[in-house]
Amino acid sequence: MMQRYSFLSLAGHALRGHRAWPQAWRSPQPKPAYDVVIVGGGGHGLATAYYLAKNHGVRNVAVFEKGWIGGGNTGRNTTVVRSNYLFPESARFYDHSLKLYEGLSRELNFNIMLSQRGMVTLAHSRHDIDAQRRWANAMRINGIDSDLLTREDVRRLVPRLDYAPDARLPVLGGFTQPRAGTARHDAVAWGYARAADALGVDIIQNCEVTGFDIGADGVRAVKTSLGLIGVGRVGLAVAGHSSVLARTLGFRLPVQSYALQAMVSEPIKPLLDTVVLSPSAGIYVSQSDKGELVIGGGLDLYASYAQRGNLPTAEQVIAGLITLFPSFSRLRMLRQWAGVVDVVHDSTPILGRSPVPGVFLNCGWGTGGFKAIPAGGWCFAHLLAKNESHPLATGFGLDRFTSGALIDEAAASGIAH
Amino acid sequence: MLSLTCPHCGPRDETEFSCGGESHIERPGVEASDETWADYLFVRDNPRGVTFERWHHRFGCGAWFNVARDTVSHEIKTVYPMGAPRPTTP
Repeated sequence: MMQRYSFLSLAGHALRGHRAWPQAWRSPQPKPAYDVVIVGGGGHGLATAYYLAKNHGVRNVAVFEKGWIGGGNTGRNTTVVRSNYLFPESARFYDHSLKLYEGLSRELNFNIMLSQRGMVTLAHSRHDIDAQRRWANAMRINGIDSDLLTREDVRRLVPRLDYAPDARLPVLGGFTQPRAGTARHDAVAWGYARAADALGVDIIQNCEVTGFDIGADGVRAVKTSLGLIGVGRVGLAVAGHSSVLARTLGFRLPVQSYALQAMVSEPIKPLLDTVVLSPSAGIYVSQSDKGELVIGGGLDLYASYAQRGNLPTAEQVIAGLITLFPSFSRLRMLRQWAGVVDVVHDSTPILGRSPVPGVFLNCGWGTGGFKAIPAGGWCFAHLLAKNESHPLATGFGLDRFTSGALIDEAAASGIAH
Repeated sequence: MLSLTCPHCGPRDETEFSCGGESHIERPGVEASDETWADYLFVRDNPRGVTFERWHHRFGCGAWFNVARDTVSHEIKTVYPMGAPRPTTP
């Protein structure tokens, strides 16, 4: 039985010296078979398991994770949530995600530390201003909050930017999505894990799925490091490693894996209370609750499965940061890392059937998987439970690459990759 | 930082190069089916391990060449000319 977290439970445990907190989720041995097996215990896998149990009553579910939950891209992103997309299909999907995020702490009884501090996208040229007017107006037409900003508006929101007359990247204006912001990434994984576990989902950590047993009618079992597990349906939610599992299933994907790096500075006093993105500088930055500046940029532009990131890209990102904020030049960087992301040509996710009956795909999130976790899980659970696409994700199938009906958000992802 | 060996200029830093993606992809004929065309345009091997890819000495001599590289260690196994068959690597 899940212990509800509340002020009263906190006070009660404090009086007992915090020695009696129960485990947040079980560590069960796998059963011989499940109705649904989800491969990958990141945000998408765990959210899928939760919504399968919660929305569809499918509770004989296991999530297999080769490492620890949330240890892949869920724990490696820059924690930004937003729905400032250009096309109606993406806008609907990502705004559903943001709306779920807005209620998630209450829904999961777990504080995901959502901070809707807004995201300011900077315009440094006349072209940027025109493009952003189109972008911000498209968002409004799609029912998503957006405000155009003048140079003075930006100066009020982000006073530390370089406003000198000879600034390399002059700030001419920009636009903001006020409902965008950040959330604690680990808490999203932990909150979904705890809530899914309470509904009966088995979360099996340190257990790698190495292959599949496929019969004439489709998938029958998954081969794991703990033995063969029978399955009804399988959902793959393994981001940058999707092509590796696809190969064991005998097909290839329109996916290329790249390293996407991020870094944090030493902690400093509060000076930035919004997320700032500059497409021209190729970086974005926010300040965490601990005071660290959290900085992200573009991809390392060659194929990689290494969770490291290369030095030239790190240098480029830092150079972009201090071009925007000259006063950051004395800061020391505390940590740098990378996640392996699954990039597709149109920067729109793949949520749909795979060529193998009974195996379903959740991948192609590229550089923006974190913000999509609630809606990704919501729609993937619908697909796994009903064997049909959720209305929010009908255009996201693999078949779009053959039909040509791409949803080309590549330009709208904010950073030019 | 990778050090790539350009066939013309010798070893140089990766910042002089740009990666042109997976090599040995042949353009299908105009009569190709939608599936074949999608395969050609979008579908990739994307291996975890040795990959075969094209590189361009963009800020150098401008030559294109092929590289066999490990996508986990980033170790460069071999460099070989455009048009040459896929080498067997250890």
